[in-house]
This record gives sequence, C-alpha cells and structure tokens, in this order.
Amino acid sequence: MQEFLQQLVNGIVWGSAYALIALGYTMVYGILRLINFAHGDVYMAGAYVAFFTAGALGGLAMGSPAGALVVMLIAMSGSGLLGYGIERIVYRPLRAAPRLTLLIAAIGVSLFLEYSAQLAFGSEPRLFPQLVPARTVVSACGVVISNQQAIIVAVSLALGLGLQFIIHHTSMGRAMRAVSFDREAASLMGVNVDRVISFTFVLGSALAGAAAVLVPMNNPQILPFMGVQPGLKAFVAAVLGGIGNVWGAIAGGLLMGIAEIMVVGYLASSYRDGIVFAILIVVLIVKPTGLFGSPVTDRA
Amino acid sequence: MHIRRHGAALLCAAIAAGLLAGCAKRSSEPLVGVFMPLTGPTADFGLTTRDGIQLAVDEINAAGGINGKPMKLVIEDDRGIPAEARTAVTKLVDQSGVVALLGDVASSNSLAAAPVAQMRKIPMISPSSTNPEVTRAGDNIFRVCFIDPFQGYVMARFAAEHLNAKTAAVLWDNGSDYSTGLAEVFKEEFPKMGGKIVCDVVFRAGDIDFSSQLTKIRATNPDVIYVPGYYTEVALIGRKARELGITVPMMGGDGWTSASLIERAGNSLEGCYHSDHYSADSDEPHVRKFVQSFTKRYGHAPNSLAALGYDAAWILAEAMRRSEDLEPASIRKQIAQTKDYPAVTGKITINPERNAEKSAVVLQIRGKAVHYVTTIEPRK
Amino acid sequence: MLRGGKALLVLGLLLLLQLTVDPNHYVSRVLLLSCFSVMLAVSLNIINGYAGQFSIGHAGFYAVGAYTGASLSHFGREWMEASLGLASFPAWLADSAVLLAAVVAGSVAAAVAGFIVGLPSLRLRGDYLAIATLGFGELIRVIFINIDRVGGARGFSIAPINSIFWIGLFTVGIVWLSRNLLNSRQGRALQALRDDETAASVLGINITSYKVMAFVLSAAMAGCAGALYAHFDGYLQPDSFNFIRSIEIIIMVVLGGLGSTTGAVIAAVVLTVLPETLREFADYRMVIYSALLVICMLVRPQGLLGTSEFSWASLRSRGKETGGGLA
Repeated sequence: MQEFLQQLVNGIVWGSAYALIALGYTMVYGILRLINFAHGDVYMAGAYVAFFTAGALGGLAMGSPAGALVVMLIAMSGSGLLGYGIERIVYRPLRAAPRLTLLIAAIGVSLFLEYSAQLAFGSEPRLFPQLVPARTVVSACGVVISNQQAIIVAVSLALGLGLQFIIHHTSMGRAMRAVSFDREAASLMGVNVDRVISFTFVLGSALAGAAAVLVPMNNPQILPFMGVQPGLKAFVAAVLGGIGNVWGAIAGGLLMGIAEIMVVGYLASSYRDGIVFAILIVVLIVKPTGLFGSPVTDRA
Repeated sequence: MHIRRHGAALLCAAIAAGLLAGCAKRSSEPLVGVFMPLTGPTADFGLTTRDGIQLAVDEINAAGGINGKPMKLVIEDDRGIPAEARTAVTKLVDQSGVVALLGDVASSNSLAAAPVAQMRKIPMISPSSTNPEVTRAGDNIFRVCFIDPFQGYVMARFAAEHLNAKTAAVLWDNGSDYSTGLAEVFKEEFPKMGGKIVCDVVFRAGDIDFSSQLTKIRATNPDVIYVPGYYTEVALIGRKARELGITVPMMGGDGWTSASLIERAGNSLEGCYHSDHYSADSDEPHVRKFVQSFTKRYGHAPNSLAALGYDAAWILAEAMRRSEDLEPASIRKQIAQTKDYPAVTGKITINPERNAEKSAVVLQIRGKAVHYVTTIEPRK
Repeated sequence: MLRGGKALLVLGLLLLLQLTVDPNHYVSRVLLLSCFSVMLAVSLNIINGYAGQFSIGHAGFYAVGAYTGASLSHFGREWMEASLGLASFPAWLADSAVLLAAVVAGSVAAAVAGFIVGLPSLRLRGDYLAIATLGFGELIRVIFINIDRVGGARGFSIAPINSIFWIGLFTVGIVWLSRNLLNSRQGRALQALRDDETAASVLGINITSYKVMAFVLSAAMAGCAGALYAHFDGYLQPDSFNFIRSIEIIIMVVLGGLGSTTGAVIAAVVLTVLPETLREFADYRMVIYSALLVICMLVRPQGLLGTSEFSWASLRSRGKETGGGLA
C-alpha cells in the first residue's frame, strides 16, 4: 500500500508535466487542426533559456522563490517567442496548403530545432541549476513528497486554471473559440484570425516553457533531444483526453503519467515507452475522439 | 536530350570520381586509421578517446616515431551508428590504405566494423569496447580493456566480500549493450557468492525520471543497488534515491567515470563505489606523467576513455616498432605477443582470445573526490 | 516497361558485376547502401506518394524484415542444410537459397505488419495516421530490444551473405514494380483516393482495400530490403531502426517529389552518396536536411520532380520535339 501510494504520487507529478505540454498541443490542434510536431522542441528551447538565464543571474536565481519565478517567466517568454516565430515564418504561409504539407513542414521544424540545438549546445546533457533546493515536505506512511514535487503539481494546476479562465472569460478566449469553431465565419465576424492564431501559439508555447523549468527542477538534466519523448507522449495524452479540450489534456496527461509509472512499478519496466504507444493505438482505433473529446468529422 | 543524357552521365561520373578519389595507395609513412563517433549523441566518448590517442601519437613521434618514420592518423567519424562504423572502416582500408585500426568506443560499432577488418586482414585494436563478442570476429581483432563479464564479476565480488551485502537490487539500461552486459553477469555472479537479487528493473538512456523504479527498489530494502549505467543517468538516479529516503550504497561500472559525475549528483553518491580501468590518483610515475601531460594539453584530467585510447595507441606503436616490416600481418603478430606492457590502465597482456588480461580497480566517491579502494585481479 | 531484352540485359549486367566486382570494397559498399535507400524510398513512396497516406514508421517495417530474415537464416540454416540437402550444393547456390528464403520470410512478416498498421488507416487520416505509424515504429524497436534470442540491445550478428547480384536484382525489381504500379488499375485507384477520397469511393473504388493494399505492398518491399540488409552487414541493432531512420527515408521521398518513383530513386542515391563525400560536415547534415525539408514545403511542396517520371520513351519523343532541355 505504501509503495502504491508513493507510485501514485510519482505518477501525478510526472503526469503534471505531460499535462502542461499537452495543453499546447490541444490548443494548436483545436485552432489549426495541426499536430505541431515542434512543440516538444519548444519545450527543449525553454529549458535552455532557463538554463542560461539561471546561469546569468547566478546566485540571485538560486534558492529564493522570487528568483525561480523570474527564471520561469523568462523561459516562458522565450518559448512563447519561439512559438510565435515558428507560426509566423513557417505555418502561416502554409495555412492554405494541404495538411500533409503542413505536417511535413512541422516535422522539418522539429528536426531543425533539435539539430541546431545540438550544434549550438553540444550533445552532452547539461546539469540544470538547483532553483529550489529539494526538501521533504510530507513524509507519512512511507510516502515521501518533496517541495519540488508539490510545486510542480501546484503550478501546473494553477496554469491550467488560468488557461481555462482566458479561454472562457476573456474576449481573446472567445475569439479563440470562434476561430476554432469556424475560422472563416469568425473572420467574417471581424475576428482578427492571424492575431488569434499567434496568440494561441504564444500561449501554448509559454506553457511548454513553464514545464521546461518545472521538470528539470526535479530532474536536473537537459539535452537537445529532451523534447522528443515528452512531446510524443504529451501528444498521446492530448489525444487520450480528446484533442481540443483543455481539461481533457490535463486528465490525459495525468493518466499517461500514472500509466507509465505503474507499468514500471508493477508490470515490466522495459515496456515503459511501449505502453504509451500501445495506449495511443488502442485509443485511435477504439475511440479516436478521446475520453472527453467531441466528435470531429475530419478525424475519423 | 543531349543535356539530359550527358547530365546523367556526368552525375554518375562525378559520383564515381568522388568515391574513388585518393584510392588505395599505401604511403611510405605508416597510416593508422581511427574510427569513432565524433558527432552525434555519443560524440563525447569518441572525442575524449581521440584526445588520448592524439597525445600518444605525438609522444610516439617525438620519440622517433616508428623506427624513424612518423606514425600518421587518418580519423573518420562514424556518428556512433554501426552501419556507419562499417562504412568508415571500409573507407579507411580501401581508400586510405591504413595498416592498422584503432576503434570503436561502443561495442555495437566495433561489432559491426570488426568483420571488415578481419576480412581485409588489417589488425584492429578497440580501446574500450567491452562486449566479449567483439574480439571473436577473428584473429585480427584486439582490445586493451577488460570485458563486461569481468566488471560485473568485480562488483559482485566486491559487494559480497568487502561490503558483506546479502541482498542487491539491479537497475540497468536494457537499451544499452554495455549496461546489459554488466547487469547480466552481476545477476549471475552475485547469487553464486551467497547473495540474492531482490529487485531487477530497467530504465532507458535519456530517461530523466527514475522515481518509479526506485520506489520499487525501496520496497524490497536491498543492502546495495547495482546501477551499471552512464554518469548522466547515474547522477539523476542518485539524487532521486536519496530524495526517496534510500540510504544504502550504490555501485556501478566504468560508465560512472566522468569529471562531472560528482557535480551532477550533488552529495547523493557520497560513499558509493564503482569499478574502473585505472585510478588517476595512482602513484606510479608513468601514470602521473600521463595525467600531467594530458591535463596540460587539454585543460582537464583524463578519464578512463582517454587513458584507454592512449594505451591502445602505444601498444599499437610498440607492436609496429617490433614488426620486421610495416605490413598488417606482421603488426598483427606483434600485437598478439604483447606481454606485461606497463600501460596507464594497468599491466596489459594480450591473451589467446586477444583480450587484455588486466586487473580492475574499485573506486569510492568520498568528499567530492574519487578515491582508490582496492584492486581486483582477473579470475583464474 | 521492362521487356524481355532489357530484363536479360539487366540480369547479364548484374551477373557480370557479381563475378568481377568485390562487393566489400568501399565504392561497392556505398553504391549498395544506395540500393537499400532506393528500395526504402521507392516503397515508402507507394504509401506517402501514390496513396496520399502518411507513414512515419517505415523503419519499423524495415526492422521487421531484417530481424525476420536474419532469424530465419541464423536459426534455420542448419535445418535447411539438413532437410533440403543444401550442404551438398555449391556454396553460392546454398547461400542464394538461404538469402531468398530470408527475403521471402522478411517480406511476408513485414507485409503482415503492414496489414496490421494499415487497418487503422481505415479510420484515421492524415496526421492521426502519421502518429499511429510513428507509434508502431517505436513499439517495434522496443519489442526487439526486449527479445533476448536476437540479442536485444547488444545487436544480432549473423553470417553475412553479400551479393551484388541479389541486392541489385531486388532493387531493380522493386523500382520496376513500383513504376508499373503507377499506371496499373490499382495505381490509378490509389491516386484517385489520394486526390479525393469521396470522389474515388463514388466511382466505385474500394477505399478500404486499396489503402490496406498500399500498406501491405510497401511494407513487403521494405521487409525485402531489410532481409537483404541483414545479410549485407551481418549485424543488426534495434537502435539502427529508430525514428531518425524513418525520417531519413521520408526526406528522400519528399525532396524527390511525393508520388515520383524517379524522384525517390534520385534523392535516395544522392542523399546516400553525398554525405559520404562530405563526412566532415556530419554535424551540419541533419540541420541542412531539416532546413531543406521546411524550405521545400514553403517553396515547392510537390518536391523537386513533382510527380513526373523519367522514361526512355518520353526522353526520345521530347528530344525530337524540343531538342533537349532539363524539364
């Protein structure tokens, strides 16, 4: 039981990161019907921005919550900017192109970011600085929770709520929903579609930037290809939850994290990655709209 | 029509010419081919090894080269991909006309390349491929490191005899041939010495989350945890283990060797042990000289990959000096006769299986540094 | 296309090469590696180009073929020698028999995998299918890592059978098959469903079976290449069949022109030979490839050749009409 509870905690912490990344996928897909393959690499870029920011701030960023917050905000801005740039330079000119063209371009952008990062930063994993020193906050019944783990879950939840607020209670959010529902009609109603799409990319990418500080905070290692697996898995999480759906992405992320952890803990640890893709294939075949998704004709 | 036809013909000609350029003429200076990953995810291993080789070759040439002729290196990058390693060796042999080969670091690349060297009868010395299969490719394939089973055996014996451990957990990377080799032998040897494997879990290179594996290990409460992985993952594993309240010592192999391991792991690996090829804080004069000149040249202390590269180059040079002509066949014969060579990584004798017979050292991390604990001799 | 005379010519040429050229020489090796790239690119072109589906797990089919073929020859050769009396045959004949058996087994296994992966394509389109094939490719790799009998992560060493004749013959065969498919009833059906699925189904084309057929055929070809490759190098490792390998094949198909076999062949050869001559730029290789991919989509999404094909006949007639030119 102790072991199970600890594994559950591990799963929720691990899944929170997927949830944050999955939100970006879900938003972009909801609006452009595009799997932004480069999203995982935007996450990677955010981690490097945080790494160099923390390095530049030195002692200022370490140990104090304010310092950590500054690093996170800068990483979110960096990722947001990159997301904006990618949309502006690559996806926008292709908006009218066939989806296959867009998909190939997205794969190209993803590879370009990975290999450029490798060229620029080297392939050796970098040690991510300790923004918040690890401290045990809960230690009961054999279940150990560190302050870092608590921060990850809390910040993810807060960002999820914030996003929900933006989407449902601001004019930009209304515009986003309109564009997602029918781009052409929205544009006829006076919504500036380009701006809405840019905003969506910035927002989704910034969330990935937040994850890029939270995850290395607890697992302090970053490398150029760090975005590949989390990117794929977060996408699966988004699909599992029903792509285009904010709470679906969060639920999907948590489920995915817990599934992964439980496979290692109780089944075969060598199938950790396998389970994710198995879930994906089953979901796609059985219920392509995901757990909470609304049916979209184009998908099936 | 003409342009198109001629265009195609020209393209073919250009391709053929490009491939054939500089085709096989053996130069009067002995050429030695080096193939290792210099780019790609495993580039660091190749680059460090190359630094060790380069240092040795410069020393060799400063000391008169190979009987008056300088030893020259031709270096090919194989990006750490087996098929590329094979292509690189083919190119070195067919295009550059090398008389001997040094490489690769990773066993999978050496396994792919060795059959080519064997087919062409060019002696090949791998500095650090520890998979037993590598030298079984034929009588031209040698190595200067010990093999995986030995490292697994060393730590099993160390755990049983020095730490008096009764139970052990094994956490290994089943996507890495190296980690698989060490883990398998440990799991086989430790029970023979009276111990028990209570938990056996795997991870994958590139993973950053180990909470689940370690929670599982924690529930079985072992005396030691054997983690035969590379330093980047080991550091994260160490941190997470301590966070989860696991206090027992961890043990590993030469994959732990890195100047940055301690920085990456924080204090979490204090008191942990790993097996290695040599100890940089050895008092032996030739080791100290190597460590000093390497540090002076590259600005950091040599790790065991650099030391093995250095040893491989020197053993090859000594064999070339002894050979009556500089033909591959006689070089091969002389490498095979290497006996009690005082290498930086220990006294090396090449045995009939063309492996290096040598001892391993066990090191301990104490107070931000790595200290020598004991030497474990090859099993008889 | 390939009438009797030409077929004989090809056979003769390959036989001549087989007898006179060292298949292990560096130049032969690079050219044979190009043959593998050609087989992979041309086969992927059937799914991605002709049928307009999108697979990014092609290395998975390649791996299935390679591992199946290698297992057959590694574990089954003794049995074949004993029960079929292969041992009494001349070595080249025995080798060829084993190699052909491996190719058949590899192709069939990959075709089965293709069928399984092709099934979801009935329900999924575009990017969803892409992700499903990607998942499949990764899953295959994880599975091979976990099979100890074929070496797991350490890789699988088998006795190599390196034959210019067979590799060349299958390469020509696959290119020929793919070219002929284009103008066959099946090929036209595939293109119809690529251009407009609804219209195609209204015209009475059975979308389901054609999509699955494209996957099965393409996978079988990749499996054939895999089995040949296993014997060419004699060493397999699961990580050689990773996502990046699939991407390399896609880059060949896309740059060559989705839907053009000629383009796929040219791109496969160029992208295999060029990096050989530019080894010292390996670091930049993938950066350049990926940038090319993006730029190509922005500027010329149909690829360098679009869907146009090269043929001697058109060359002749074009030559007469226009007096040449690089069209």
